[in-house]
Amino acid sequence: MTEKLVIIGNGMAPGRMLEHLLEAAPGRYDITIFNAEPRVNYDRIMLSPVLSGEKSFEEIVIHGDGWYVANGIVLYKGHKIVAIDREAKTVTSNHGVTESYDKLVIATGSVPFIIPVPGNDLPGVLTYRDLDDVDAMLLAAQSRQKAVVIGGGLLGLEAAAGLKERGMEVTVLHVMPTLMERQLDPAAGYLLQRAVEARGIKVVTRANTKQIVGDGKVEGVELDDGTIIPAALVVMAVGIRPNVTLAKDVGLTVNRGIVTDDRMRTSDPDILALGECAEVGGHVYGLVAPLYQMARVAAAVLAETGEDHFAHADTPTKLKVTGIDLYSVGDFADGDDREEIVLRDASAGIYKRVVLKDDRIIGTVLFGETADGAWFADLQKKQTDVSAMRDTLIFGQAFQGGASADPLAAVAALADDAEICGCNGVCKGKIVSTITSKGLTTLDDVRAHTKASASCGTCTGLVEKLMQLSLGDSYNPTAVQPMCSCTELGHDEVRRLIKAKGLKTIPAVMQELEWKTSCGCAKCRPALNYYLVADWPDEYADDYQSRFINERVHANIQKDGTYSIVPRMWGGVTSSKELRAIADVVDKFAIPTVKVTGGQRIDMLGIRKEDLPAVWADLGQAGFVSGHAYAKGLRTVKTCVGSDWCRFGTQDSTGLGVRIEKFMWGSWTPAKVKMAVSGCPRNCAEATCKDVGVICVDSGFEIHFAGAAGLDIKGTEVLGLVKTEDEALEVIVALTQMYREQARYLERIYKWAKRIGYDEVRRQVLDDVERRKAYYDRFVYSQQFAQVDPWSERVSGKDKHEFQPMAALSFQQAAE
Amino acid sequence: MNWHEIGTIEDIPARGARCVTTPQGRIGVFRTADDEIYAIEDHCPHRGGPLSQGIVHGNAVTCPLHNWVFSLETGKALGADEGSVKTIPVRVIDGRILLGLERALMAAE
Repeated sequence: MTEKLVIIGNGMAPGRMLEHLLEAAPGRYDITIFNAEPRVNYDRIMLSPVLSGEKSFEEIVIHGDGWYVANGIVLYKGHKIVAIDREAKTVTSNHGVTESYDKLVIATGSVPFIIPVPGNDLPGVLTYRDLDDVDAMLLAAQSRQKAVVIGGGLLGLEAAAGLKERGMEVTVLHVMPTLMERQLDPAAGYLLQRAVEARGIKVVTRANTKQIVGDGKVEGVELDDGTIIPAALVVMAVGIRPNVTLAKDVGLTVNRGIVTDDRMRTSDPDILALGECAEVGGHVYGLVAPLYQMARVAAAVLAETGEDHFAHADTPTKLKVTGIDLYSVGDFADGDDREEIVLRDASAGIYKRVVLKDDRIIGTVLFGETADGAWFADLQKKQTDVSAMRDTLIFGQAFQGGASADPLAAVAALADDAEICGCNGVCKGKIVSTITSKGLTTLDDVRAHTKASASCGTCTGLVEKLMQLSLGDSYNPTAVQPMCSCTELGHDEVRRLIKAKGLKTIPAVMQELEWKTSCGCAKCRPALNYYLVADWPDEYADDYQSRFINERVHANIQKDGTYSIVPRMWGGVTSSKELRAIADVVDKFAIPTVKVTGGQRIDMLGIRKEDLPAVWADLGQAGFVSGHAYAKGLRTVKTCVGSDWCRFGTQDSTGLGVRIEKFMWGSWTPAKVKMAVSGCPRNCAEATCKDVGVICVDSGFEIHFAGAAGLDIKGTEVLGLVKTEDEALEVIVALTQMYREQARYLERIYKWAKRIGYDEVRRQVLDDVERRKAYYDRFVYSQQFAQVDPWSERVSGKDKHEFQPMAALSFQQAAE
Repeated sequence: MNWHEIGTIEDIPARGARCVTTPQGRIGVFRTADDEIYAIEDHCPHRGGPLSQGIVHGNAVTCPLHNWVFSLETGKALGADEGSVKTIPVRVIDGRILLGLERALMAAE
């Protein structure tokens, strides 16, 4: 008896599958198709030419009605399947038709992503997915009015070009800085934008849609900055998501798409999935080449002919807009392990870039002249070693190929219970479901709702990829990050304006820079307080209410509300008198834990807040001052014993360390600063992973900077070699002052220096002697206001309210 | 309701807080930039952080341990976090601050 094959969906993938199947095993199956769209199979890729008027619908039909009749296929047009009974092996449509099956193929395609903004359901807001959308756009275009296309990707640009062709005035809004950033690098994106604009289409990049406005129908799109762009038609083309609802409902394994093996079989052996709804090998696909490969594999499975397997390959992207030639394939992000070959011809508008890794091509971007695209792609696919033809490669007909690691696919392939954020124990499933259910669109939102990436931040990249996967093109990771939700301005802009406008109090900054909250928040206030302290050391009155508790009470809060303190030990050197004093304090106040820190100091933990002033009084008697272990400021200068004792020591490293620490203690900096001085290149003080380090050598002092040994591990950069201790101190001080004046609050030296460039730092504090001196002088000036021991101040009664309860109430002993 | 005087407005820095100890736990007493006075449990529901030691902004405070933000008015966590702290009734009479507590307590000397 003939087996029954039922297909849900009638797009290009199942259409192609049927062609293969009918050829390989004619008559083997009784075939029934349910198509939610009320029409036959057509070439969806050619919708853009239909929109622009270059083709008619009839021209893009793949299988006309006659084809189904001739092949004995029953096609239910306009029938959406609403139920699958896997036990009884039947499907039921929304019109009540029930059909039984032996084999079922799910090809439900994808659904367009709708950005979750107010007004997205107004009449006149369309997506760009099927012929109905095109018809609606054509109807709207007859008005010759204004249209806005949200999304500067492939589909969005094609829609924009089509609408323009039809006489509408079109604006493309794109959240990213450049168009088609998923397929093009910024340079090609820029050329593309020029070409699009040359056709009379307006392009707005970095455009975040706030809402779609209109009374009863669309009237315009409002951006985050308040701009309103009038529009009678809004087309959303911000990405697609596999349509997996049905599959999920019936309990098939679903990840991003319906999970299949490389033979397109789902978790139910009698059900196959293919097309945009299928996920194979962790990938989902939206371009036709891989979908056709799926169709071939699925047909072979159904016909039981051959052992065809689906294999991933990068698919080239081409834009179907007449007169704009672009081609891209593979991975073309910058990276240390990559090389690139670039050819530009400005007058001809040509840009070609080939990205190599290990002598193999991993990515190609061509703009303006794309004839060699296939050749480059072939070299990439075959992973040809191109070292021999490297010099001429970019000119065409010579080159290579390599496996491109798609990081997005790797993240997509992770299981739902894979831990993404180790700090907060947040798994992938939780992040993705929260993004979807709460409609989150920014990293800050995701941090707030899931806590993922809210602690150390090392998983930020992973979280961003999950956002990309969940949100499609509407996710914009590179927009300038505002300081906090109280302002639109970033840190750099705020710092610049504080100086430029001479703002000298927090209220002045908030007023002049139009803060959105009355008195800021816990993110911006400490930053502003630091900027003002650093910029106006003599005039600004430090606002302790804008400091974190640690800096407010000059000790480190612990998880149980007690505090730890670290007395300063210059250069890590101590004495029996100091140690005895510490021992006495520990006994007297019953301090539960005493520990040696990584910075060569002694930490006393578990002190009650009320005891702090008394503890400091006793320590002060022994000559101790605050070690600033709580401060965004100079922490410690770690040293080795140097030429005093060590047989290898070349200079007095201990002495220099003590000198630096005595010179610089008390200074506030954007983030903590840890230093070290080693007496010889054996580097016992581990100076090469510090914010600033010195390696003493016979000929002088090698100054290092921008190291890290915390969340990130990074060896230092060499700033330069100086001959004398005086010079070393001057350079280190100048470097610190430059950092104090320029960095963003909480930005460590290694991040700041990387951002502005190591050479720039060298130029300003080593090569430019005048400037070095100026930095040095400004630091020295500000130190006269900063070098006050906060502990002895508090022993004398300053900020007493911080250390005492306001009142202590107890149960009434007797009746009133 | 029993009203207990605990001190004056001047005892608390503007945009700051103090704590009051009671046998039923600590109470944070807050003074905003506008000299509004609020009192809430001094114990963050997340990990027990002392809220009276956080940064006060608007009518809210940010916990010093993990940055949860609470409304001083309602005691509810703001933003994405979910949780709340008890609020304690406050009266200010001639600059003197009184807390309204269920049980009669007395000031310990």
